[in-house]
Amino acid sequence: MLDVIFTDPIFAIEVVTSGLLSGIMYSLVALGFALIFKASGIFNFAQGAFVLFAALTFVSLLEMALGAGWNWGLAFVLCLLAALAGMIAYGVAVERIVLRPLVNQPLIILFMATIGLNFFTEGFAQTLWGSQVHPLDLKIPDEPWQELGEATGLYLSYFEIIAAVIAGVLVAGIALFFNKTKVGRALRAVSDDHQAAMSVGIPLQHIWAITWAAAGIIALVAGMLWGAKLGVQFSLSLLALKALPVLIIGGLDSITGAIVGGLIVGASEKFAEVFIGSYFGGAIENWFPYMLATVFLLFRPQGLFGEKIIDRV
Amino acid sequence: MIYREAGQFKTSYGADEAIFPIAQDRWFIFGFLALAFVAVPIFASEYLLHSVIIPFLILSIAAMGLNILLGYCGLISLGTAAFMAVGAFAAYKIAIAAPWMPIILVFILSGIITAVVGSLFGLPSLRIKGFYLAVTTLAAHFFIEWVITHFGWFTNYSPSGVISAPKMSILGFPIVSAEARYVFTLGFVVVLALLMKNLVRSEIGRSWMAIRDMDVAAEVIGIPMLKTKLLAFAISSFYCGVSGALFVFAYLGTVEPQGFDILRAFEVLFMVIIGGLGSVMGSFFGAAFIVIMPIAITNLATVFGTAIPAEVLSNVELMIFGGLIIFFLIVEPAGLARLWQIGKEKLRLWPFPY
Repeated sequence: MLDVIFTDPIFAIEVVTSGLLSGIMYSLVALGFALIFKASGIFNFAQGAFVLFAALTFVSLLEMALGAGWNWGLAFVLCLLAALAGMIAYGVAVERIVLRPLVNQPLIILFMATIGLNFFTEGFAQTLWGSQVHPLDLKIPDEPWQELGEATGLYLSYFEIIAAVIAGVLVAGIALFFNKTKVGRALRAVSDDHQAAMSVGIPLQHIWAITWAAAGIIALVAGMLWGAKLGVQFSLSLLALKALPVLIIGGLDSITGAIVGGLIVGASEKFAEVFIGSYFGGAIENWFPYMLATVFLLFRPQGLFGEKIIDRV
Repeated sequence: MIYREAGQFKTSYGADEAIFPIAQDRWFIFGFLALAFVAVPIFASEYLLHSVIIPFLILSIAAMGLNILLGYCGLISLGTAAFMAVGAFAAYKIAIAAPWMPIILVFILSGIITAVVGSLFGLPSLRIKGFYLAVTTLAAHFFIEWVITHFGWFTNYSPSGVISAPKMSILGFPIVSAEARYVFTLGFVVVLALLMKNLVRSEIGRSWMAIRDMDVAAEVIGIPMLKTKLLAFAISSFYCGVSGALFVFAYLGTVEPQGFDILRAFEVLFMVIIGGLGSVMGSFFGAAFIVIMPIAITNLATVFGTAIPAEVLSNVELMIFGGLIIFFLIVEPAGLARLWQIGKEKLRLWPFPY
């Protein structure tokens, strides 16, 4: 299949571009991980379940509102706000009930607690809203953009482009928030050194609550976009497994890394599946990103943009 | 008053280095083993043996394996389920290809094959640490899963990918009934637990713990990093492989590659964490807890009412499972083994308060 790259270069570019765009979707999930890891050093395995919970909450509320005969735009905005409030409340509750008693425990214990939280959140979301598949229509057509296609020969769907724009805006927003606001500076201080941050009067627990609430908001955005693509269902919570290699390639504690990692994984995964997969008998996309991540790590153990790990004795 | 070591003098190095230096502990463990080998198969019902005790024993072997890696050597692995699958399919292939081979040898061979695969995937651990390592072991998981489902050779071209284990027998004595399978599994558990206990008290075990506590310092005092880390991966994978082989041969009888999915790896990880990191006893406590808890929750739910629809029930179970894990981590992050230790210390002083 590899010779196709030379006989039909436009096709190859199309494959890579659509890979890049789906990579952005992975980045959206990975962002939530990176945010929490950066601020608290916790590897939040439950982020995938958060995505499921957020999307289920939003879509169920939306269905109820539309069922009551509301106008689509109004229902969309109100449900979005309600889901946002719900996710923020859930994030704050998690910080208070789960993390606060576990302060100062080894990171592996915190990691296990988030796996427990993952199960809990999956169960909670589906007990609350039921476990059937909900279709979600964001009124963004998932069809190729004709004008662009005619001009360049690349056929990309509106949906993918809009998802990429949303991800870009989100990242820019987070970067601005981290670098320009007072709370952002406090977040960076906490991630550098908990004790030093506390000693200059930064309230650690407020900062963590803010982080978890922000992770909830990102989960909602990711859940809406993925939900529109796949339908809102249980498999959304497995996105966490897709986001891990993305995160690792970029570096666990880097926002930029989450985006670049997503692009690398998305593009190489599509490329490998289309052009190399046939040599192995197909269906390699399940493990390919992980192998890619392993190879990356052998050369850069802290990922592309991660903070360098220095061991002192 | 009974549990006290006063008056037990040690007159040789051997006595001082015994696994159970206190005589009461020794009697207890011999009594417990006698009970396990004789009384349990006689009195336990078929259901209890097959659905609770056998999976508990098999998974406790896997938990011991992961405990060597995570609890003693400090290397996080999420590849446990994949290594179990390697053991299971290796045992299946060997048993089909060489039916004359004694079954115990088949299990040991499949353990060795898993050890080789495991050390191969342990190689990145030399450079990669912490959660990054967890993700590279996930690479092992997904890769092995793909290889086994994708190449028909591993399942002898069974169209559904399901394998069924051939019948086992030792010296012409068939191991088919629940009691026979139980005793067979228990034999493996006892030997492997004894082996692990001695391993972690030996030079190798001490090197593992040195690496766990601080690997740079361990390297500075002259512990060979490559050899020790790979040995931890190999021995841990050996345990997982034997456990996987038993899972097919002594428990389920048939298995498909999806039987060893990522949830199984998390399950074993929970056993190690809840039982207690760096403790042989803890592996058993953790395995018992994780195996029995879902069964207990289901039974409790059926007691409370049949009015709840099955779908809601399974979700509520998930919630309780996750909630209980968080609860246990908050109450005793050092695991159930720590509670056991506290209990023993209290018992030594009893009836005095201090």
